[in-house]
Amino acid sequence: MKQLITGDEAIARGVWEAGVRFAAAYPGTPSTEILENIATYPEIHSEWAPNEKVALESVIGASIAGARSIASMKHVGLNVAADPFFTFAYIGVNAGAVIITADEPGQFSSQNEQDNRNYARAAMTPMFEPSDSQECKDMLIEAYELSEKYDIPVLIRMTTRVCHSKGMVELGERREVPIKPYAKNIKKYVATPANMRPRKVSIQQNRELLKEFSNNCPWNRAEYNDTAIGIICSGDCYLYAQEVFGDTASYLKLGFTNPLPDQLIQVFADKVDKLYVIEENDPYIEAHVRALGIECDGKNIFPLNGEMTPEVIRKVIFGQEYPLDEEVQAAVVGRPPTLCAGCPHRGLFYELGRRKGVMISGDIGCYTLSSGAPYNAIETTVCMGASISLGHGAQQIFDTIEGEKPRVVATLGDSTFFHTGINSLLDVAYNRSKLITIILDNRITAMTGQQENPGSGYTINREVTEAVDIEALVRAIGIHNVRTINPNDLAQVKEALDWALGLDEASVIITRWPCALKKQAPWDLEEFKGAFTQKYFVKEETCIGCRKCTRTGCPAVVFQFDRKKSSIDADKCVGCSVCAQVCPVQAIQKVEA
Amino acid sequence: MSTKNILLTGVGGQGTILASKLLTVGLIDAGYDVKMSEVHGMSQREGPVLTHVRFGKKVFSPIVEKRKADVIMGFEELEVLRNLDYLRDDGQGIVIFNRVRVNPMGVQTGQDKYPTNGEELIRARAGKVIALDGQSMARELGNPRVMNIILLGALVKQLGLEEIDWLRVIAENVKEKYVPLNQEALKLGLGLE
Repeated sequence: MKQLITGDEAIARGVWEAGVRFAAAYPGTPSTEILENIATYPEIHSEWAPNEKVALESVIGASIAGARSIASMKHVGLNVAADPFFTFAYIGVNAGAVIITADEPGQFSSQNEQDNRNYARAAMTPMFEPSDSQECKDMLIEAYELSEKYDIPVLIRMTTRVCHSKGMVELGERREVPIKPYAKNIKKYVATPANMRPRKVSIQQNRELLKEFSNNCPWNRAEYNDTAIGIICSGDCYLYAQEVFGDTASYLKLGFTNPLPDQLIQVFADKVDKLYVIEENDPYIEAHVRALGIECDGKNIFPLNGEMTPEVIRKVIFGQEYPLDEEVQAAVVGRPPTLCAGCPHRGLFYELGRRKGVMISGDIGCYTLSSGAPYNAIETTVCMGASISLGHGAQQIFDTIEGEKPRVVATLGDSTFFHTGINSLLDVAYNRSKLITIILDNRITAMTGQQENPGSGYTINREVTEAVDIEALVRAIGIHNVRTINPNDLAQVKEALDWALGLDEASVIITRWPCALKKQAPWDLEEFKGAFTQKYFVKEETCIGCRKCTRTGCPAVVFQFDRKKSSIDADKCVGCSVCAQVCPVQAIQKVEA
Repeated sequence: MSTKNILLTGVGGQGTILASKLLTVGLIDAGYDVKMSEVHGMSQREGPVLTHVRFGKKVFSPIVEKRKADVIMGFEELEVLRNLDYLRDDGQGIVIFNRVRVNPMGVQTGQDKYPTNGEELIRARAGKVIALDGQSMARELGNPRVMNIILLGALVKQLGLEEIDWLRVIAENVKEKYVPLNQEALKLGLGLE
């Protein structure tokens, strides 16, 4: 049976068909849907981990214990998991293990555009690069065979388009793979220098065998048409190149890209007149081709950033360009994403963004949107958890300067705090800086689409589980000044900020209110009584048209320019009341039932 | 046949996802190779949604190139305008759009102005425009949300795909209690010129 599914769904299907028993991940666009889909198969034990390093380490354990396993993450997630990743290659597997990296050429929702193929080369792990959904499934299944045959974890490099595009996939059945017996093997699994020196030699020996595989596997193939132009490509670039050249060019389509197939490349290069390497991000293949002494055109003519879409290829090769329709573009205005109606971050950033003499270090989550209008609040974002540690470093320096010393306020969400913020808060307490940390506890991992986390009380399969007590955790770390507040109550927010700014030592404010898009748990309904049950409206006769309410940045508040009055979209309003609190004339009132 | 290129565009919550799903299911049933690409993630936060659908005998790339879209189906006026550069420029391009304006935050705060000449710009560039007040039409059917399926019906008609059993596609992919309503909406769309 064939189905139209995304690359992420195809990976999940392949995981099921390959007899995998254990899967772990931390959500991150564009990889999130992989584990979400794996979790729909009851045969596979699926877990959201607090971060990618934890996910990969648990996968290493599952593999050693004898079960096929998988860790999936976005490209920057592999930075977090890089430590276990490199040594995993040395110790190898018992049952097969696969790591998915979902890269983001074009940076749709990531802080950078790094090319994780470099990780495969650096860690000496085999790597596949699927170009469509069918290949995602097929290559994944092959990756487990390879992993077990060569005793090494395998990396699969996807990109946003491959993850999120749909293509037809032939579905298969699950192959039950029994759990392999575990045998104590200290020389293999204890990564001491004495044990790992010989392991490195054996990885290098295996690499020679993998080169043989690379030259002879069906995933690397030459397609000969007209040989005036030859194109070496991988991933979705193959589809784009086909779109532009069709059968007017020949292709060396590479699906297995570490180690690269030297002989295939050599033979292909000899047969074609003009050779191009078309790939996204870094000149990963091109550098290898050039190292073989083969002349080609690659990143000397193609851009190093963004997607290599058909349009980009046409522009570079044929000089074809579609100039933007200037008349239309002049009329178009932006539609940047905003905090949702009823978002519990609104009240905090409305108040915090107005404070003077503070530096607000931010983090990764919905609240990164607070760097934009109308809040203009957070002023740094680097990576998960950095708000606290970066803020800590900044505070240490500000404390040494003469005169006015800015106070640093770090803001990060509950899930980001669990991810890598806890370590950073240890640093604050241990090294005694007076950083103010605000943990925006909206009871869910919101930005990636409301995934459960160690604070939400549910597992990925919505089984009830332990929920961390953030306040107790923070106190245990050594922060003595801790307050939990309702961020929708602006007076409480103001008062808490005054309190923290008045202290000469570290403090933590926890803003606790659930994400408006979250499926509320029974304990949420108990704790946040009446949440999302109210609506507000504007009494037109009272409204003076001052537009203070629109400065809360709520998409439910609409200013009627013709009548110079505000109004509230009843379909969007969920009754957080922030707009009503800022209205100077009480024109915004609760709708009485 | 050569590959057909369709763009569906709107803002989060307007039903682009369901419309594109029904479209692709119908196309697959009819034996076409189909590829689809969606830029989402921000759609829940009032951001734009853009779905590329390509179908034909054999489709490689999942994304539509600028100046190559046969049809742009827009759920919101500004989003049609934003993506108008995708429409084929040989005068054969078709735009089917819902005459609704959803103000972005910049318009709300007074920094930006919602374009007033949108429809004029669209008409000047498309070979054919079907502009409808989808919400009121849908409201007359009983639910403003089926605006997306009225548009889908109009799209099916313009693509000449009426022979596909869309009523069955709806019956098999829409929640049971909404099936008759969605089928009515599709029929209404099929009648639009």
